[in-house]
Amino acid sequence: METIMIILLALVMLAAALATIHMKNMISAILAAGVVSLFASVLYLLMAAPDVAMTEAAIGAGLSTVIFLLAFKKTRDEEVENG
Amino acid sequence: MVRRAFSLLLILALAGIFFSILKGWTPMTELSGVARDYVANEKEQLGAMNLVTAIVVTYRGLDTLGEVTVLFLAASGVAVLLRRKRDEAAATVKIKRAASEIVTTGASLLSPFIVMFGAYIFLNGHLSPGGGFQGGAVIASAVLLLFLAHPDYKLKHAVLNIIESFSGFAYVLVGLLGLFLAGGFLDNRFLPLGHFGSLLSAGAIPVIYVLIGLKVGTELATILENMKGRAL
Repeated sequence: METIMIILLALVMLAAALATIHMKNMISAILAAGVVSLFASVLYLLMAAPDVAMTEAAIGAGLSTVIFLLAFKKTRDEEVENG
Repeated sequence: MVRRAFSLLLILALAGIFFSILKGWTPMTELSGVARDYVANEKEQLGAMNLVTAIVVTYRGLDTLGEVTVLFLAASGVAVLLRRKRDEAAATVKIKRAASEIVTTGASLLSPFIVMFGAYIFLNGHLSPGGGFQGGAVIASAVLLLFLAHPDYKLKHAVLNIIESFSGFAYVLVGLLGLFLAGGFLDNRFLPLGHFGSLLSAGAIPVIYVLIGLKVGTELATILENMKGRAL
């Protein structure tokens, strides 16, 4: 049961990672990268590493996604102002 | 065409390398070397219930100090590159779209509890999963919630800078105390080990994790504010 769950999570992670690379819309790509981190943290939890899972969920899925979004917004604003 | 074939060849070569590594891989059934030593002796030596914390803060404490330094440098870099200049900040005052009533009320209600949860995580770092980095990140997420709800929300930079510098300084100081009063740099045994599993146990580990939590929390909050700038 747990093995099936781990394989499923890994497949979702792979799909999200591929989506990150191939999506044309930047915001969807950033969100897909966050999904990779989110499922990675569940995977860490299943593999009995709660400390790493907490870090991955808080930093990988939470803060870094937001920082990417803010950076994207910032660069787009500058483009509008300068060009 | 040549480039495509070349990259395909490279990927195939990498796949071959990984396959040859995975072919001979068998899962470890017992701990080996230094890991076995940590598991066997940690309880008597350091007295922390969470073994991961004991390794991160004490056995590999120098690495953690390095990580905190890296985060500090990253925060300083973001501040240098993105901090808004005084006149620019005054010039770009424009009306921002306020968040809805539900978001502002929810954020005001939730953020104290999120900060409390972050403090809980790093205070219990030596007893349960989690620690300074995780707790600090949770506190920073409360700050993020406040930014989302109140776009004009400003952090008190003076207070944040004092907390950050104080905790960084005190972290090194605790490490030096370990050097002079106990076995070595960042040794936790200059404070009593206490009763195994209680909140005030494991020597200086809770002190170090509280300091790391404060430092990481303030640093990530400052990074978020500098990144936010006019964007939000």
